[in-house]
Amino acid sequence: MAIFSVYVVNKAGGLIYQYDNYVPRAEVEKTFSFPLDLVLKIYDEKLVVSFGQRDGIRVGHAVLSINGVDVNGKYTAEGKDILEYLKDPANYPVSIKFGRPRLSSNEKLMLASMFHSLFAIGSQLSPEVGSSGIEMLETDVFKLHCFQTLTGIKFIVLADPRQSGIDALLRKIYEIYSDFALKNPFYSLEMPIRCELFDQNLKSALEIAEKAGTFGPGS
Amino acid sequence: VSKKKKKNSELFTLTYGALVTQLCKDYENDEEVNKQLDKMGYNIGVRLIEDFLARSSVGRCHDFRETADVIAKVAFKMYLGITPSVTNWSPAGDEFSLILESNPLVDFVELPDNHSNLVYSSLLCGVLRGALEMVQMAVDVRFAQDTLRGDSVTEIRMKFIKRIEENLPAGDE
Repeated sequence: MAIFSVYVVNKAGGLIYQYDNYVPRAEVEKTFSFPLDLVLKIYDEKLVVSFGQRDGIRVGHAVLSINGVDVNGKYTAEGKDILEYLKDPANYPVSIKFGRPRLSSNEKLMLASMFHSLFAIGSQLSPEVGSSGIEMLETDVFKLHCFQTLTGIKFIVLADPRQSGIDALLRKIYEIYSDFALKNPFYSLEMPIRCELFDQNLKSALEIAEKAGTFGPGS
Repeated sequence: VSKKKKKNSELFTLTYGALVTQLCKDYENDEEVNKQLDKMGYNIGVRLIEDFLARSSVGRCHDFRETADVIAKVAFKMYLGITPSVTNWSPAGDEFSLILESNPLVDFVELPDNHSNLVYSSLLCGVLRGALEMVQMAVDVRFAQDTLRGDSVTEIRMKFIKRIEENLPAGDE
């Protein structure tokens, strides 16, 4: 499992497709007794740990579920304010799941559009005319691969740094797009891709790429 | 390795023929039918270009001559199985002709007298125009000669109008 996600960005920088194939999520669920020894605060409509790390729970982790039920931002599923809930000793012992907050669709849209702008900046900085634009963004835990077609569509794949064959995968995704999105007469250009055949074929392509790619260095 | 699907070209000819005759019934006016065919062609072209780019390994063309060559030798070959010749370049190098010896769209077709203004293969003009627009080139495409209308060859005339600067993909000048 080494291809994390796929993004497709249209010519205007809008995200038209996003698929999370495998997102490693460190999630920790623990039972707590009153009083809670972690300090929580509200950040960006989510309840996150601001102080107090232990047992895999880190600063920045968000409250994901309470007693097994997923929360809704800073409210429980039933609409109760979580901070208030946790101040009441009667609600303890309580089981809380913490983890890295998941990206919402809006956040993904914003990030894609920001990448589109960065891509444009990267091309303008190029000393040579006709640069391919950003092809790869590398960090210690993932590599972002990008391929922009001559028509301005960008295919972006986030994968494990050791995963090989992503160039071929990007070309394959372009083929799948030209087949199952464009040849579907009911799909409108530049709009979000909601075609089942596209999803299915993309997933198969990812599976094949993962199996064929190796994890050794220099592959 | 791409598996080329062999399709019966007769079905293609019949389908296109059915399309044209239906349009003739619906619009009853040759000029209007030509326009509709061109519009449909345009909608095909804007999608076909991605298929073309995804399957051929053609990169960006640097001038109109390269574009002409790619259209004649790669695109026409890929989609219609024919290779028109590129001739009649204008002195400024912004206009050329594609001479088609044969046209799969018009196998078995004869134009009746009451449709003398019908440009039967107008779809092709739209396809070329739509496809090139997606790679930021505005062109004008028309049939200069048509064997269906009595000429000896079928000639498509393509004229470069301008580069489309809006929405240029980042990195292109």
